Amino acid sequence: MSMLSVDRLRKEFGGVQAVVEVSFAIEAGRIHSIIGPNGAGKTTLFNLVNGLYAPSGGRVSFLGCDVTGLRPYELAARGMARTFQNLQVFFNMSALENVMVGCHLKSDTRLLPSMLGWPSIARGDRATRARAVELLHEVGLDAWVDADAAAMPYGALKRLEIARALAAEPKLLLLDEPAAGLNPTETREIDRLIQRVAAAGVTVLLVEHDMRLVMDVSDRIIVLNFGRKLAEGTAQEVRRNPEVIAAYLGTAAAQGAGSRHA
Amino acid sequence: MRLRGLMQARTGGLLALALVIAVLPLALPNNFYYQVAVLVGLNAIVCVGLNLLIGYAGQISLGHAGFFGLGAYASAVLTAKFGWPAPLALVAGATGVALLAFVLARPILRLKGHYLAMATLGMGIIISIVINQEIPLTGGPDGMPVPGFALFGLRLTGDRTWYWIVGGLLLLSVWLSLNLIESPVGRAFRALHGSEVAAETVGIDTARFKVLAFVVSAVFAAVAGSAFAHFAGFVTPVEAQFLRSIEFVTMVVFGGMASVFGAVVGAAVLTALPQILTAFHDYEMIALGVVLIGTMILMPRGMLPSLAALTRRWMR
Amino acid sequence: MSSQFVQFLIAGINAGAIYALIALGFAIIYNASHVINFAQGEFVMLGGMMTVFLLALGMPLPIAVLLAIAATAVAGMVLEKLAIEPARGASVVTLIIITIGASILLRGLVQVAMGRNFHRVPPFTGDDPIPVLGAALLPQNLWVCGVTVLAVLALRWFFTRTMWGKAILATSHNRLAAELVGINVRLVMLVSFGLSGALGALAGVLIAPITLTHANVGIMLGLKGFCAAILGGLGNFPGAVAGGLVLGLAEAMAAGYLSSQYKDAVAFVLILAVLFFLPGGLMGRGSTERV
Ligand SMILES: Nc1ncnc2c1ncn2[C@@H]1O[C@H](COP(=O)(O)OP(=O)(O)O)[C@@H](O)[C@H]1O
Ligand SMILES: [Mg+2]
Repeated sequence: MSMLSVDRLRKEFGGVQAVVEVSFAIEAGRIHSIIGPNGAGKTTLFNLVNGLYAPSGGRVSFLGCDVTGLRPYELAARGMARTFQNLQVFFNMSALENVMVGCHLKSDTRLLPSMLGWPSIARGDRATRARAVELLHEVGLDAWVDADAAAMPYGALKRLEIARALAAEPKLLLLDEPAAGLNPTETREIDRLIQRVAAAGVTVLLVEHDMRLVMDVSDRIIVLNFGRKLAEGTAQEVRRNPEVIAAYLGTAAAQGAGSRHA
Repeated sequence: MRLRGLMQARTGGLLALALVIAVLPLALPNNFYYQVAVLVGLNAIVCVGLNLLIGYAGQISLGHAGFFGLGAYASAVLTAKFGWPAPLALVAGATGVALLAFVLARPILRLKGHYLAMATLGMGIIISIVINQEIPLTGGPDGMPVPGFALFGLRLTGDRTWYWIVGGLLLLSVWLSLNLIESPVGRAFRALHGSEVAAETVGIDTARFKVLAFVVSAVFAAVAGSAFAHFAGFVTPVEAQFLRSIEFVTMVVFGGMASVFGAVVGAAVLTALPQILTAFHDYEMIALGVVLIGTMILMPRGMLPSLAALTRRWMR
Repeated sequence: MSSQFVQFLIAGINAGAIYALIALGFAIIYNASHVINFAQGEFVMLGGMMTVFLLALGMPLPIAVLLAIAATAVAGMVLEKLAIEPARGASVVTLIIITIGASILLRGLVQVAMGRNFHRVPPFTGDDPIPVLGAALLPQNLWVCGVTVLAVLALRWFFTRTMWGKAILATSHNRLAAELVGINVRLVMLVSFGLSGALGALAGVLIAPITLTHANVGIMLGLKGFCAAILGGLGNFPGAVAGGLVLGLAEAMAAGYLSSQYKDAVAFVLILAVLFFLPGGLMGRGSTERV
């Protein structure tokens, strides 16, 4: 049984065909990457897989169940977590609280005990808080635990999103350009973090622009172009694929690093 | 650490509020002022509840006077026309409002921004029109008298008695909502204010939590409405009017969104202010309008958060 | 067609035209600034009340009407300058409260100046009913419809043919881009509020001879205009006109055939029903939020 499989998935926005008949399957316990030029449909694909968008056609199955049309919170409950290319941080909270919200699924959210301030609620909250501090440590944000998210720098927010996603103890983690906009040192740290996460048994699906990062860490790579799957294989195979070179590596080489921020 | 600071702010705030309620009577020269204080308390209860919805969960409602009015009229009609005991009428009113809010919440809270404002506004106005038109039951625009509140054979009368009752109710509401805010439920509320997309992806059923905030705030309003009916001894549809809804929202925003004590401060200032301004007679509305505009321009986050930020800057 | 039905139709189109004008006022300000101007109803009130005031000074009706409209336009611009512009960047709720404050202020000013009584504005051209298929059509009904049609056409011309109109549209689509191509966005805001003020006052002046006017007349009219604007999809001009007409007709028919007591509730029941099924209004385009 594959962890995630996507069958002839399609998404149109008005006239724009963002994702066209994409199919692939992902096995548990590896790092998989999706690459492709800007506007290739990578983020849209994530939004389809994670239930934020309803597909125009095709199916998604997760852990052997058809999950097409399920809402993101239902997928989260089944073990799918993600981060966002354009940050979706709770800017009205501290870093710690952001991660604590990530623990929502394991929290006691009964209304009356919460309102009446039952001791069990406070106890649960203390445990959640401890776990959140631990996760912030794991992603290297010890210095920012009590900071307001709104006051944190971009690079720290990227890692905060990863910590929040990990808080739900996911089986599958979708990372949308986690290194976009980071400097080479920060990128290397993210690189190591992703490998640690995968080593801990979380399957990672990574969208990344930074070619070096992708080639280094991915076990398998899927290449998208104009919403279609162009190729799939190991880093070696993809690198040698002439279509990929023409469509992606060629343009990336021509554009240089400038395209990384998109 | 922040955590301990929060705890202190919370118990400290509760104690301070209790203290204010306890010593305020020393400064109240006559029954009129007690009446104003009771009205402040009742409005504050509504605002503390409404703040959960607006300030924390980030969902506007321009129709909560409808729930206040339904609570008031449930108590009025059930006790006066059907002879129910007052406490039972209060519970029935609150339960009815909770059910109504629950049924309406899902379709209404699917809407966002101005569409949500429109829908809640429409809901409130429909309630107030129904109260106005069902004359045999409600007395229509002329209103209807309400019997006193009797608890275990004990009749609660007099402005001073009501002062202590409403003071207690206010403390209770503040305590309940502080508890809620600092629980995972409260964090979920704030999460959907911060980013609905992110909230969904970490597993929060945003629709469910919006409904929850809506229902809880509606029940706060209904209970305050019931208490108001018995305290005033008379209810009119004015209590359910659109302008009353606007008043509640204004109090919340004026005092400071996402601040429980801010809601109390907002209710206190904006309830007491018009009473003071009646001295200016016809100029009351002009003054109120100017104060509202001025405060929102100078302190867009509301009084309490802005003042708190100011003192913090001074302390440094 | 029964004469009764024709009578309801006349009433519906008449009210619908007024709602359309008010809704257009909402739409213009919303487009320029993303503010819902809860003082829009007060513009309507100002139009009628100011005409009453100027007539009392002995001015002839046409002059009084034009002056009242101009004065309300100025009031709209003053509101923008003194209350909206200083609060730029504030949250939506804060802006809503500011316009509510402005509405209370305007009502207070008018009450102080003119009291709380009802006032009558004489019909523009007599009040002898014209029989139409057994129903009575007032000359003022013709004024309401005729002027509304002219106003809508003039707006269309303004927004599609003039530089100013295009600048406002550009600002509504993308404020930053508009600024970058050299549009004076602050002036656009000012003009939008002035234009909305004029439209609101126009509605107020047109309807005053039929329904009387008073300091609080703007509350319900404003809310129903808001309904119409939402019904047509917020910020959509043809939608606002259509929303106004649908609302006016629905209200008149419901009042005539169902229950006249619940006439005022019709608009709100209708809007709730529509929003429950079409969360973006009748003409709202469905779009996927980008993340
Ligand atoms: N919510 C949306 N509405 C309309 N068009 C969209 C939306 N999201 C993405 N698109 C379009 O779909 C295409 C793919 O975009 P995206 O998935 O963001 O690409 P990538 O992440 O590979 O850069 C682009 O042409 C983009 O403009
Ligand atoms: Mg992308």
